[in-house]
Amino acid sequence: MCGIAGIIHKGRRANVGAEMTSMLQALKHRGPDSTGYAVYGDPGEGEYVMRLKIAEAEDMELGRSIHDRLEERIEAVDAILGSHEAEVKVKERVRPYALRYVLNHEGDTGDMAEHIEETEGVEILSLGNGLELIKDLGDAGSVAEAYGLRDFEGTHGIGHTRMATESDVDIKSAHPYWAFPYNDVSVVHNGQITNYWIMRREMERKGHRFMSDCDSELLAVYTAHHLANGVQLEESLRRSIDEIDGVFTYLVCTKDQLGMAKDTMAAKPLVLYESDDLIAMASEEVAIRAIFPEEIDTHDPYDEEVRVWQA
Amino acid sequence: MSGISDAELREMTQEERVNALGMTTEQLTGKSLYIEFDPDAQERFAYPWAPDVDFNKRTEIDASDLTNTEVNARIRGLMAEGYGTIVLQNPRGKHSLAVGILSRLNLIIEGSTGYFGVGLIDGPNVRISGRVGWSCAENMMSGTVIVEKNAGSTFGAAIRGGDLVCKGSVGSRTGIDMKGGTIIVGGDTGALSGFMMQRGRMVVCGNAGKNLGDSMYDGTIYVGGEIRSLGVDAVTAELTTLDKEWLTRKLTQYGLMPTTGVDHFTKIVAGKQLWNYDNLEPNEKKLIL
Repeated sequence: MCGIAGIIHKGRRANVGAEMTSMLQALKHRGPDSTGYAVYGDPGEGEYVMRLKIAEAEDMELGRSIHDRLEERIEAVDAILGSHEAEVKVKERVRPYALRYVLNHEGDTGDMAEHIEETEGVEILSLGNGLELIKDLGDAGSVAEAYGLRDFEGTHGIGHTRMATESDVDIKSAHPYWAFPYNDVSVVHNGQITNYWIMRREMERKGHRFMSDCDSELLAVYTAHHLANGVQLEESLRRSIDEIDGVFTYLVCTKDQLGMAKDTMAAKPLVLYESDDLIAMASEEVAIRAIFPEEIDTHDPYDEEVRVWQA
Repeated sequence: MSGISDAELREMTQEERVNALGMTTEQLTGKSLYIEFDPDAQERFAYPWAPDVDFNKRTEIDASDLTNTEVNARIRGLMAEGYGTIVLQNPRGKHSLAVGILSRLNLIIEGSTGYFGVGLIDGPNVRISGRVGWSCAENMMSGTVIVEKNAGSTFGAAIRGGDLVCKGSVGSRTGIDMKGGTIIVGGDTGALSGFMMQRGRMVVCGNAGKNLGDSMYDGTIYVGGEIRSLGVDAVTAELTTLDKEWLTRKLTQYGLMPTTGVDHFTKIVAGKQLWNYDNLEPNEKKLIL
């Protein structure tokens, strides 16, 4: 089933970490397996935030040897950052298997990201000048607590509560997906894509990498492919309705935009609330009411509807 | 059957009660259950277990800190005490509120409900000041439900009776599989509205999405605005004087009468080239009709 949610503030910052946590916790019943956030802050001019995992959560049960391997992986990542002349300003080991770096870097971040992912067991969850992507097993409350998200200030964000149906219960199959290697682009999705393998092979032929077998990752890669070729976000969303088969509603964020697309059958839900200051959306009204207890006007987008909002 | 009192019915087992109410059941080997109605049986307008409520006895429920199960149990408890007017405050999008009410009741919901609100009801008059989520009033049998704002998809799915009104716009698949009753939408409706509709009437004052009335068996859809496309076997028909009188009466009743009148409404019915009731078995006919 899965639940998705998003919020974007117009021209101002707010505690999107706490807002997203409240919304996602209200959607827990739609997907208790894992929870993910893509929130957009402001790390500073020329600075990049990199979130990565160096193992799956379940790997921590493998015994003492895994800890030695994790240390080796961190050393390898640090060495690669050094070889790309990236200055590490902050390095946090948020979880035994999850790290957060703040970097100064003037080179090609795509090359650096590809180099880092050559390290066994290492996956970059996000890299960008705003995006921070956090995902882990458990509900929103536990993930927000573990990653210190309740005080995250930013302009916008999207999130996901996952009920695993077509791939494993693990972090690599959890949402959101970062549109590797394009900075600051993230996707969450509720639905099933029925021409996944056809589209995946097409994207792989064009040189894109997939880290999981989850059909939602296709939407991130598809969006990244378009944005890299100069297609605007709104046009990419519109094309997806014609080119991607199945039932889906998905949200995409860039550094300063949030977009949504609903498939031709309108079979997956989304409720919208729009005001002068912000736009909030979720699979269910109950998530929006979690941050707006007062009476507000909401509506459902229709089939084939595409919207894009600016932060 | 008319001589059986409610007290006697309460003492019966379910099987005895089913027979006494004029219904017989039969389990077909390896197939689903079907129910055959006794044509000689008198129609009952209230369930034997329905509480006797007084509309002048009014109370309120604050749903802020209650689960949907607790809210529904509270409604039942108050009805058993004879309360006939209940105001539900702060529903905040909770799901499955006020479902399964099989009795007269004046229910006022101040705010918005989530999925499956007021489903499976038979008799209450419900007014909702906010918006409703997916599948509002699904399988409604009788009564009235009036929603002041918008509604989600599958509004009035499979309803069999009563008046279901949304003064705003609704999502997709409105009235899917409806078997009777009336659905009225003040604004627009989404794709596949009236899909597999079997009986009843749907009125859309605004625009209708694509594939309107797709695979409808029977029933009538009236649309005041633009129709993006008709579905398979849905065809336009002449808007008669009777149609106009009925539309005027219904839309006036709910404060949705367009200033331009109803002459511009388009009437949609089943072409009956795809499916036809006449092909059904007699028992199927009784069940559906």
